[in-house]
Amino acid sequence: MDQFAVKVFVRLRPSVLDPAGEATKSASIKLGAEGIKSLRIGKMIEVKIEGNGENEVREKIDLLCDRLFANTVIEDYEYSLEKL
Amino acid sequence: MDNFTVGVVVFPGSNCDRDVSWALEGCLDIRTKYLWHESSDLSDVDAIVLPGGFSFGDYLRCGAIARFSPLINALDEFVKSGKRVLGICNGFQILTESGFLPGALVANKNLNFICDDVELDIVSSKGGWFNNGDEKQTIKLPIAHGEGRYHCDSDTLKKLVDNELIALRYKNNPNGSSFDIAGITNEKGNVLGLMPHPERACDETIGGTDGLFTLKSLILK
Repeated sequence: MDQFAVKVFVRLRPSVLDPAGEATKSASIKLGAEGIKSLRIGKMIEVKIEGNGENEVREKIDLLCDRLFANTVIEDYEYSLEKL
Repeated sequence: MDNFTVGVVVFPGSNCDRDVSWALEGCLDIRTKYLWHESSDLSDVDAIVLPGGFSFGDYLRCGAIARFSPLINALDEFVKSGKRVLGICNGFQILTESGFLPGALVANKNLNFICDDVELDIVSSKGGWFNNGDEKQTIKLPIAHGEGRYHCDSDTLKKLVDNELIALRYKNNPNGSSFDIAGITNEKGNVLGLMPHPERACDETIGGTDGLFTLKSLILK
């Protein structure tokens, strides 16, 4: 069995308004940060998982992302995978 | 009708289950039974309410974890058999997360948790959930949510409009919902999800009775 460290990034789709991102952008400007054109908030999920090789693990992660980690009606996801 | 029983589903974090039961039993004399979310035996209930609250603490997304409860798995068969399912607030979020209804519910546009009475236009009474037979096309119900902004893509919205699946629209959109949507049904009409709380509008002493019709509709065949 191989072990992998997976980082999943879940983001609101570009067409979905992100009011929390807008509020944070507004606070960033109040802090004095200049030049912020856009700020959107997503989630990062770290998973340690084992399986027989990268392909099997990718299948599992795809299922998790598609069915649980992200709601694909409003969110996109991508992930990176590192063998431990 | 004598033995008609409405199952009120209880998740960890549900907080409107007792209100729903109170409204059904106390105001409408309809028998209820609490169903713990881990049960998958729906054989002795005739309709189901998924009540409001914060199932599983709204972790990940509202309704995202509840979707994997055994009871929600069993709901597919129940819905296919034509029995009625009403999802209120968090119940609506669970119905969209689990795919019984299209779209999703996301954070209110102004980020506020909104607790207020709202005026709603009855758009369609598919499934007979609302009385739009004669003059009363507008009702007033309470809302209480932080993540009630209905979102769907334009194809889904077209389908909702074309198939008369939009049940309720806000008169003054409080949360930024697409097309002012407050509630929708499935194509068959036996599943209704809405953000407003009909169970909190079942007695004049607490501000109105516009929710009675919808709860009473649970007993329709």
